[in-house]
Amino acid sequence: MTMFGEFVYLDNAAATRLDERVLEAMRPYFFETYAVATSQFGYSPGIEARDALDAARARIAASLGAEPEEFIFTSGSTESSNMALKGVALALAARSGDRRPSSGDRRPSGTGAHIITSKIEDFPVLHSARALEKQGFRVTYLDVDEDGRLILDQLRQAITPQTILVSVQAANQEIGTLQDLAAIGAICRERDVLFHTDASHSFPRVSLDVREVPVDLVTVTAHLIHGPKGVGGLYVRQGTPLAKWMDGGFQEFNLRGGVENIPGAVGFAKAVELVTPEETARLQDMRDRLIERLLRIPHSRLNGHPTLRLPHNANVSFRFVEGESILLHLDMRGFAVSTGSACFSRSLEASHVILGIGGDHERAHGSVRFTFGRFNQPEDVDAVAEAISDVIEKLRAISPLGKG
Amino acid sequence: MPLPYSEIVMEHFRHPHNVGRIEDADAKAVEGSPACGDMVAVYLKVDEESQRITDIKFESYGCASNIATGSIITELAKGKTLEEAKAISWKEASEALGGLPPIKTHCSVLAVDGLRAAIQNYEERHGLVKERVPTTVEVVRKRLKHVMNPLVGLDLVRTKVVKDIEVSDGTVRVELDLPSDHQFANNIRDEVIEKIEPLWDVERVVVEFIE
Repeated sequence: MTMFGEFVYLDNAAATRLDERVLEAMRPYFFETYAVATSQFGYSPGIEARDALDAARARIAASLGAEPEEFIFTSGSTESSNMALKGVALALAARSGDRRPSSGDRRPSGTGAHIITSKIEDFPVLHSARALEKQGFRVTYLDVDEDGRLILDQLRQAITPQTILVSVQAANQEIGTLQDLAAIGAICRERDVLFHTDASHSFPRVSLDVREVPVDLVTVTAHLIHGPKGVGGLYVRQGTPLAKWMDGGFQEFNLRGGVENIPGAVGFAKAVELVTPEETARLQDMRDRLIERLLRIPHSRLNGHPTLRLPHNANVSFRFVEGESILLHLDMRGFAVSTGSACFSRSLEASHVILGIGGDHERAHGSVRFTFGRFNQPEDVDAVAEAISDVIEKLRAISPLGKG
Repeated sequence: MPLPYSEIVMEHFRHPHNVGRIEDADAKAVEGSPACGDMVAVYLKVDEESQRITDIKFESYGCASNIATGSIITELAKGKTLEEAKAISWKEASEALGGLPPIKTHCSVLAVDGLRAAIQNYEERHGLVKERVPTTVEVVRKRLKHVMNPLVGLDLVRTKVVKDIEVSDGTVRVELDLPSDHQFANNIRDEVIEKIEPLWDVERVVVEFIE
């Protein structure tokens, strides 16, 4: 434990503590206005529910510079990105032009249509792309540079007349690198290709205005900004071809069937409202001080771009030591962090992000991610920096590596 | 239930026994896994007359189960003859640790392999090794018993994942009864290659998955 006996949570890119004000905003929609959002001809509690849903939608849409009818609520960022990739793929599969008749061709209808994404996307985008590949779509996985930035010339060269969609994240889940969405969007617009971005980790701390940035689909989520788990959204620019992929009722502009999660939507809107530039600046200060302290440890290096990165993310690799061991030792001392080590991942594979920025297995092995949130205090920085310095020294003492 | 590791594992992880290196070791070995990323080094002092291990130390660049197994295996081996120490199985080490989570088996097997490799190193240095045997299907199968299926923590042979093995002209082909998009496909493939490739007469290892 830390000096004050409190657990210090520094894994806010995985999940965040709910803000009480969010819970208070949600509460009436569990106990009072619990009706489904009915049509305008329904009973009054249903109309009240509809009003709450509409207000939540309008508030979140406005934070993106969008119209309310361009924002769809989902069960979270995984669903949003699935919906974007698979929904566009299904709607535009025929556009590729060489769709063959089904007789004699066992491959499904996506044959020929082309999707472009990056090698360091989070799993909802990456695995949706792989699933589409199995259905006959062609997918290009673009490289990024050593800081994790997309190489724009590669993107320009990768676009073909068969390309239907480019999906590149706004910010990376592990190393925090921000992409130049305006530049990527401009290239897509010029070549008449749709552009989706997964903004789960940046929204709304890093501003994104769809009136200025030519993006057609944006994935967002509540659970990383002290909102509830299980609610997210997808911005869909008016006129974007998107097939309905969750069949059911006519909810969400007939793009996603299912009873609306009204408490979730209300909580999401409240969570968005509570994120302020002042707070984000406070997190950035903590991040900067932590990076500065961590890089004083010998044989350490920052992963991700030094300045164009998420304001609340620090990711550092320490040589000669392994991430799960660091994580467990820190847990015993009362700190929660994350690592890109293979030993820690569910597939036993090293972080595809660290490998994607040209890092080797070793760099992934000793990578540690620290992500700040609303409930962190400035003193957490010194506490975790001291704890990890000590842990790394101890683990290096028993490591066969790094002793010259 | 805070952690999947037993209290014994955590104790060995927190305070590992026999850590360090022996500068004038009679034998040493480094076992590493590019698949998992872990590495373990084992150092031995052996009494030439009795063939007993008089001192043993290890170093680990690995996760908690790797460190804990290094600690327990060196405890178990200390004072034993080389023949006795060779017989220490992963199962024995795992039981002494109060069990390990299945997914962590492969990291701990590495420590056991490290001990065996160190003993082999001693035998090679002291002219105790028999002739090199050519690689056969049986040799490959035996090695595959050291590759774990992380889902169940048992080896590929015992869980009947190995469908076919072919050995011809320095190429070993291993067919696994797993889909190529299996959660652990890449990990298992890398570990198979890592176990088979060092065989003296093997040039190429091909791992195939059923679709």
